[in-house]
Amino acid sequence: MSATTGNAATPVNSASGTAAVLDVRSISMNFGGLRALNEVDLQVRLGEIVALIGPNGAGKTTFFNCITGIYVPTEGTVHVTPRDGRTVTVNGLKASQVTELGMSRTFQNIRLFPTMSVLENVMIGRHCRTRAGILGALLRDSRTRAEEQRIVEESYALLKSVNLHQHYKDQARNLPYGAQRRLEIARALATDPFLLCLDEPAAGMNPQETHELKELVIEIRERHQLSVLLIEHDMSMVMSLSDRIYVMEYGSKIAEGTPEEVSKNPRVIKAYLGEESHA
Amino acid sequence: MQGLKKSILVSLWFMFLTFPLMVIRIDSLNGTIDWRWENMLGMGAGSFVLSFVWRFMMARKEAGRAAAAGGVMSARGAWFERLRSDPKAAVPALAVILAVFLVLPWLVSTYQTNIMISALLYVMLGLGLNIVVGLSGQLVLGYVAFYAVGAYSYAILNSNFGLGFWSVLPIGGAMAALFGILLGFPVLRLRGDYLAIVTLGFGEIIRLVLENWSDFSQGPSGIANIDRPGLFGTQLSVSDATTYIYYLILAAVIVTIVAVTRLKNSRIGRAWQALREDEIACQAMGIDITTTKLTAFALGACWAGFAGVIFAAKTTFINPASFTFLESAMVLAMVVLGGMGSVIGVSVGALVLILLPEYLRAFSEYRMLIFGATMVLMMVFRPQGLVSPGRTKYNVPDAEGAGAAAARPAAGGNA
Ligand SMILES: Nc1ncnc2c1ncn2[C@@H]1O[C@H](COP(=O)(O)OP(=O)(O)O)[C@@H](O)[C@H]1O
Ligand SMILES: [Mg+2]
Repeated sequence: MSATTGNAATPVNSASGTAAVLDVRSISMNFGGLRALNEVDLQVRLGEIVALIGPNGAGKTTFFNCITGIYVPTEGTVHVTPRDGRTVTVNGLKASQVTELGMSRTFQNIRLFPTMSVLENVMIGRHCRTRAGILGALLRDSRTRAEEQRIVEESYALLKSVNLHQHYKDQARNLPYGAQRRLEIARALATDPFLLCLDEPAAGMNPQETHELKELVIEIRERHQLSVLLIEHDMSMVMSLSDRIYVMEYGSKIAEGTPEEVSKNPRVIKAYLGEESHA
Repeated sequence: MQGLKKSILVSLWFMFLTFPLMVIRIDSLNGTIDWRWENMLGMGAGSFVLSFVWRFMMARKEAGRAAAAGGVMSARGAWFERLRSDPKAAVPALAVILAVFLVLPWLVSTYQTNIMISALLYVMLGLGLNIVVGLSGQLVLGYVAFYAVGAYSYAILNSNFGLGFWSVLPIGGAMAALFGILLGFPVLRLRGDYLAIVTLGFGEIIRLVLENWSDFSQGPSGIANIDRPGLFGTQLSVSDATTYIYYLILAAVIVTIVAVTRLKNSRIGRAWQALREDEIACQAMGIDITTTKLTAFALGACWAGFAGVIFAAKTTFINPASFTFLESAMVLAMVVLGGMGSVIGVSVGALVLILLPEYLRAFSEYRMLIFGATMVLMMVFRPQGLVSPGRTKYNVPDAEGAGAAAARPAAGGNA
């Protein structure tokens, strides 16, 4: 946590020696007078599942928006190290460029393309990995047709992996809630991410669905060889899934560590008990 | 019972509203007042019946929506969907429609052919605007400006440099596309009504420039004696030229339909639709919304440019009065009435909106009233337009994907 004393532009490698695929240094975000993020540091290493927890309004979603290019953080730096090994500074890039680098996300308040079909939603995710342009669309030459068919097949395979392939023709808005969340994950995976950011994926799911989601996240990590950054309120899911946990309150990081360390941390207990006694 | 009471109230209300207009007539010759009570009765009875019809339609609409939500398609929707998705039915249907359009100029007068030409021009405009409004969801109100750019490109290049129709056609399209990009840059960050207002202003600016910059565009008096399109250097009589232009615009419309359908079912077209549905999610999925918006503006404008060149060649005379805001509104109405995003819908919408007022001339002063009422009723009962956009068919790997094997072409042609 004292890493900020060093040269902030050089990405750190963690103590364990594995490269950090995401290295966030001391980012802050102000909305007018409101400081939604206050000098937050966070690292995700290759293959890790990292959880970001904290009471509502702690600034978790704002953190996601800052690292994925939806917002430009007021201060601080965000570095990522895609699969090709080079390290790139992300803040200042457009959201689409961040995704193209290999960071992909889902949204807390589901943002599918509601009147497009389930398959088309996933196909949109392949956009940044394919090339066909206007001329290809107009002439529909064999290369364009082949690419289009490849997009269809890859997207369908992803739908299958989240068990939504029977619904590929339906409009996305007609899916049940839990299925919409899984579709968002499939769509995010279609961009070939090395880091998948999930914003409260289990919100609104029943215990059975939550359990399946947990299995799905583990499976995805294995199959796609990626890291996961997860915002979640369901504590059983967070505790059993995460390698490490970061805890935020009022825009600041108040704790980090393994699930055991964090669950014993007095500040975390206070933050959570405090929240419960209000509720 | 509830309905009866409502209808009585409605008819009372209408009788009251129209009382001064329908009942009282001042006979200024004799200085007396005619009380035409029978009119009031007619009004009451009429609105009573219409109110029932209205409610019946409303109920049907609700039922239709409930059925659609449950995945059941209404019988009427079903045959249309079959026609559209089953090549065995669609191909003959298309062939018949094409045949009708092909023989049309030989069956009707030159005057009628001219009306068809303008209707087809509007089909082209509607399909172009459909790219911007229907597919990419950018509400552009000054669309006619691009039409003007195309028309003036031809008029000026033809009268000053003697360039022919065929050489200016691509130039006109390119000029309009350029203007589309020029307009696109400043409005990248605008959405919805703000975008509508700014683009409306853009349309007016283009028109005002054309009206006031006399050295360039000859101002309000316009440019006359523009050459008709040449046919291997032969001189055509006026009626032959009309027939020729008819076939030319028909070909242009067919090309437009094919092009827009292909664009819609392409990677770029999907990006446009994603942009329309959710701009944030679109960005987050790796789509650069700047280039996506600009390609939509450029391609939409390009088609207006083509249509403009053809328009100038058809009328041989243009002036700024042809490019008023009313034209933009008309084209937008075609897109909305026909069904945003639907190629068939927009084509039908354009034909209906141009031909309907033309053939309603028999109703003389009421025609615009009927026209307006039709528009309002459409928007109440079918806000999605005449035709909802067809679903693209995809050839998914396994056969269990519910009859998907039938769809052989990868992203099969639908409209
Ligand atoms: N675009 C915005 N403008 C102003 N305030 C915002 C904006 N986005 C988030 N906030 C504020 O930032 C704080 C953190 O919100 P958020 O990141 O959504 O919290 P969490 O996801 O942890 O529940 C809240 O007080 C919220 O009101
Ligand atoms: Mg949140």
